[in-house]
Parts: sequence; structure tokens; C-alpha cells
Amino acid sequence: MLRTIIAAHFVALAAFGFSLGAQAQTIKIAILGPMAFVQGENHWAGAEMARDEINKAGGINVGGKRMRIELVRADTNEIASVPDATNAIERVITRDKVDFLIGGFRSEAVLAMQEVAMDYKKLFLGVGAAHSKLGLNVEQNYERYKYWFRVAPTKDVDLARTLFAVMNSIGQQIRTELKTDSPKVAILAEKAVWTEALVAAAQKNLPAMKMEVVGTWQPSATATDVTAELSAIDRAGAHIVFTMLSGPVGISVGRQMGERNMKAVAWGINVEGQKEEFWQAAAGKAQFVSTLDTYSEVEMTPKTIPFVRAFKERFKKSPTYTAATYDAIMLLKAVIEQEGTTNADKLVAAIEKIEHVGTGSTASWDKRHDLNWAVGKTAGIAVQWQDGKKVPFWPPNVKGMQPFKMPAR
Amino acid sequence: MLQDILVTGLVNGGVYALLAIGFSLIFGVARIVNIAHTAFYMLAAYCFYTLLVKTGLGFFLSGVISVAAVTLFSVVCYRLVIEPVREHEAAVLIATIALALVFQELMLYTFGGHFLGIPSTLEGSMRFLGVSIPYQRLLILVVAGAMLVLVWFLLYRTRLGLAIRATANDLEVANLMGMNVHRVAMATVAISVSLAAVAGVVVAPVFVVDPFMWLAPLVTMLAIVVLGGLGSLKGSLIGALIIGYVEAITVFAVPAGAYLKGAVALLIMVIVLLARPEGLFGVAFEEER
Repeated sequence: MLRTIIAAHFVALAAFGFSLGAQAQTIKIAILGPMAFVQGENHWAGAEMARDEINKAGGINVGGKRMRIELVRADTNEIASVPDATNAIERVITRDKVDFLIGGFRSEAVLAMQEVAMDYKKLFLGVGAAHSKLGLNVEQNYERYKYWFRVAPTKDVDLARTLFAVMNSIGQQIRTELKTDSPKVAILAEKAVWTEALVAAAQKNLPAMKMEVVGTWQPSATATDVTAELSAIDRAGAHIVFTMLSGPVGISVGRQMGERNMKAVAWGINVEGQKEEFWQAAAGKAQFVSTLDTYSEVEMTPKTIPFVRAFKERFKKSPTYTAATYDAIMLLKAVIEQEGTTNADKLVAAIEKIEHVGTGSTASWDKRHDLNWAVGKTAGIAVQWQDGKKVPFWPPNVKGMQPFKMPAR
Repeated sequence: MLQDILVTGLVNGGVYALLAIGFSLIFGVARIVNIAHTAFYMLAAYCFYTLLVKTGLGFFLSGVISVAAVTLFSVVCYRLVIEPVREHEAAVLIATIALALVFQELMLYTFGGHFLGIPSTLEGSMRFLGVSIPYQRLLILVVAGAMLVLVWFLLYRTRLGLAIRATANDLEVANLMGMNVHRVAMATVAISVSLAAVAGVVVAPVFVVDPFMWLAPLVTMLAIVVLGGLGSLKGSLIGALIIGYVEAITVFAVPAGAYLKGAVALLIMVIVLLARPEGLFGVAFEEER
């Protein structure tokens, strides 16, 4: 009897030891995002897909040792509160003892979170924020900020390059179809930090592209009514409404343009317009609204279509750009396996040299740890809402693209 | 540009007026500082969305059920949260702020932070003076007008209205005169919340439904009611139109400063109050009483 009890204790101790060992065999990654919102949901969904795929295959090979991924869900609530975001990142670093940080969305919050991450020398892969300052910090103080990399989207200045490339294409179509030499453009940008550089660039570049800027309207990012702005834009006779909108105002613009039967077409960044729920939220009125986007069933990389399909099957909706947490985790896996370590300094050096083929981009990084911008690689895609479906139309040379349409006149 | 400002200001003023009537009744007439007023507007919008979009009930049925349900719920909230602290204005203020935040978090938990759209009751638009006006906004104007007449009738042509005004004027005297002041206050809350719920059903289709949609109208409503003069329905209507026009003028005159339209409207309110602390029609109301 005594032997049995002693043996049972040994078995229990061994099992306990094994479980502790198993715990130590995990790589802890914090997924930071506003989890009550679509951006955070996609952060988490993309990360879950990567985790499950990697763990199912036996984990990450770290110098011959297999380590599984453990995700820590950190609700930053950053849309409502920047302090909540810094509290969240502090918590996952100090209490949850995570190894890596991935996510972020609102530039103001990510700038604050970047400081905390750098204080602790934690590798922070940004998926969501576009502000240039995040990369500028790396250039200006490399030793402190080198642990920051931007995985998605490209920085605001490069977003502008993509926007103008697509704008040029739409402008040509308008010139041909409407027989006008100088298409009229109304800039409609929410008042926020991330739009400042874009607005300045648009005001400078559009005339050079032989387009007439009929005015710049800047509603609040939290506005839900843009009737007055759209009345003014309509009166100005704009052909294109160049949007730079991340908040709910993007829905109002889509819906109210439709309700007013405006002949202008909306192109630009409309974060709400990237979401599957946009059509319903705009009550089916957002016909021909177009926006920069990341994911669609087109062959941006060999991984794009399989990822989008798997995502749709699992979550019953299309991914938005913050689902690139998938790419961030896969990037981590690639460099950890390449270096055989989870040491942040060694991984920084590895990421600086790598070209990573992800689901949304073929990424490489510059000295600011920003994505090197290139059409067909990191510039993303352009999509347009047509009869309730998000239809990709740019870059035109990518397989699967469809024609851009304009309202009947 | 002038016709754009005239039409846009009128239409947007109508939206604000519909939102302001209920708030004017509860805050201006009954002097109950119910900060949760616009949160009930949000609840009605969510209720309407759920019934219309999720369960497929028609516009009319969804609207009626939403208004009735939210009104009943407000009575429960009044009995549980407001009535026990009714005699302490600061406590009512804090309790209703808490109530509004609870509603917000409940909606955030239930529906997430998604922005939801409600189909328009009336589809299509018309052109007036060269300006496109969706029919839904015209409906709001009509409903706002109807609600104003209805509330005016209730306040000045019914015994309940007399009781509401008497209670607001002097709670203790009204009590001594044999009025059931608790029941009157409860009726006032119910009526004002039913107006907020009507606004939620009619106005929400032109906006976006989300858990934070109660915050922006709250500030605007406070501004309108104070600008128009506490207790004056006429003042609220004119205050709403002033805010609507000031916003339209700001957007047309300073397009790049469109985000300032709310701030400019509030600045106008401050200027009016500096010149006339009782608001535009505050004195007239005092005399009426």
C-alpha cells in the first residue's frame, strides 16, 4: 500500500514537472488591439490562425527545440483611451511575461505603447498604425527603438504613394469617360494625426497630376453626420471624393453619398469600408465607394487566396488588414528558426535582412524598420463596393482584378 | 451657397429639434438632470435595429415596440435609480451618468464596437433649391414638428401638463396641494424618454448606431436647451435651428475647419448666455409660470 502511495506521488510529481516543463516550452506573444472592435477582432483572429497552424505542425523550432505558441489577448481599448493601451502593454510585459508584442491600431496609442515596449526592449511588430513617427523614432534613436518593426500597413507617406497611384488610374478613367481634361477632386479627411501628411501631400500633388482640388473638408473623426460637407462637395461639382477616414464617419460618407445620389465617386482610405459589415452599416447605399485594402481573393502572394479562404471559412467573414498579425507571427517563426533563438537583438538583425512572403505582402524593411514600398509587394490593393460586394480593381496586373465602376450620369 | 446653407441648416436643425424636445421636457421643464436621456435614445436605436434587421419585423411594429419597451424600461430605471435620490440634484446627475455608462457598456458587450446601419423608413431623395434632401430627413422634420405640437398640447392643455409644470416650479408646494409628485416625475421621465425613443427610431437611420452614439447628442442637446432657455419648447426649437445653421455656415465658410462646427456652435451658445444668461426664451417661460 505504502509503495503504491509513494509511486503515485512520484507519478504526480513527474506529471507536475512535465507540465512546468511544457509551460517553459512556449513562446508567449501578446496580441494588442481594441478587442471590442473589428480591428481588435481581426488582430486576434489572424493571430489565432497562425498559432493553430504553427502548433499543429509541432511548434517553432528554436535551435532544435520545439516550442509552442501561447497567445495573450490584450484589450488595449485604444480607440477610446490611450492610457488604457499603455496599461495593457505594461501588464502583458510585467505580469504575463510575454516574449513578443504584436498589434496596435490607433497611431496615437501605438506611439505611446512603443515607448513602453522599448523601455523593456521587447520586439514589437506593429500591425495597424500608419504614422511615420513610429519609424522615424528608429532612425533617430536606433539603439532605443530598434525593437519596433511595422508589418502592416505601410507608413502614411507610402499610403499616400499608393493612393496617388490609384488616383491616377481613376483620373484617367474619368478623363476618358467624362471627356474632361482636369477631373475635380474634393479632399474629405477626418481631423486626426494620421491624415495630416496625407492632406498636405494631396493638396500638393493633385494639381501636378492635372487634377483640380475644389476644396478640403475635415470633419471630426467621430462625426456621424456629414450632410453639410457633402452638400458643399456636391455644389463644388467634384468628380472624385478623396477620402481619408478611419472612424464611423466613413460609413456616413458612404451612406449619405448614396442617399444624395451623388455623381462623384469616393476613393481613398475608408477603414470602415474595408470591413465586411460596411455594406450593411451603410444600409446598402455605399455603391461604388472604394478604398485601399489589404486582403481579397487575388494573387498578391501565393499565400493570399488560401489565407483569405481559410479565414472566411473559420470566421464567416473576410479579413481586414489588422489580420496581418498572422504574417507577423509567421515572420517571427521564420527568423526564430533561422537564428535558433528568441533573443530580441538577434531577431532584430535577422528581420532587417529578411524578405518575408506573407499573406498580404512580400515584405522587407528599410532603416526605419518601415516596409519598403513597392506596387504588387507592399502597396496593398484597391477595392470598390459594387452591389454589396467588395471588388478588387488595383493593381491591374494582378490576377483576379476587375473593372472600376462609376455612378451613371 | 446660400441655398445650401438654408436647406442644410433647416434639415439638420430638424434632426436636433427632434432630439432636443424630450431633453427640453425633462431637463428644462421638469428640472430632472437626466444625463441618461440620450442613452435611452441609443437603447431605442439598438432595439429598433434588432427588431427590424435581426428579427425582420416591419418598420411600424419595430418602431412601436422599441418606443414602448424603452419607455417601460425608463420607468423601472426611474423607480430604482432616480427616485431614491430625486431630492438631491447632484446625486441624480451622478446616478444618471452611471446609468448611461452602464447602458453603453452593456451595448458594447452585447453588440461589440461595431457600427450598425438601420435602413431608411423612407427611401429616396428630392431636390429643393438645387440641394438634395433624403426623404428620411424630411420625415424627421415632420416628426419633430408633430412632437413639438404634441408636447406643447400635453403641457399646456392637460391636467398632467399642469401638474408637471407645477411640480417643476415648486416641488413642496405641489406636494402640499395634493399632487403625487413622485408619480408626476415618473410620468415626466416616461414621456421624455418616449420622445427620446421616437428620436432613436426616426433619427438613427440617418446616423450610425454604436455604443457611444449617446455622447455627442448629449452635449448638443444641453447646448440647445440652455441656449433656447430652460423650459421653453419654442426656445429649444429655435436653439436647434441656430445650432444647425451655425454648423452649416461653419462647414461652408471654412471647409478645412469642418471639425470645428460643434465647437463653434457651443461658442455661439456661450456668447448668447453672456448677453442673456437665462437663454433666448427663458424669461418668457418664467412669466408664463
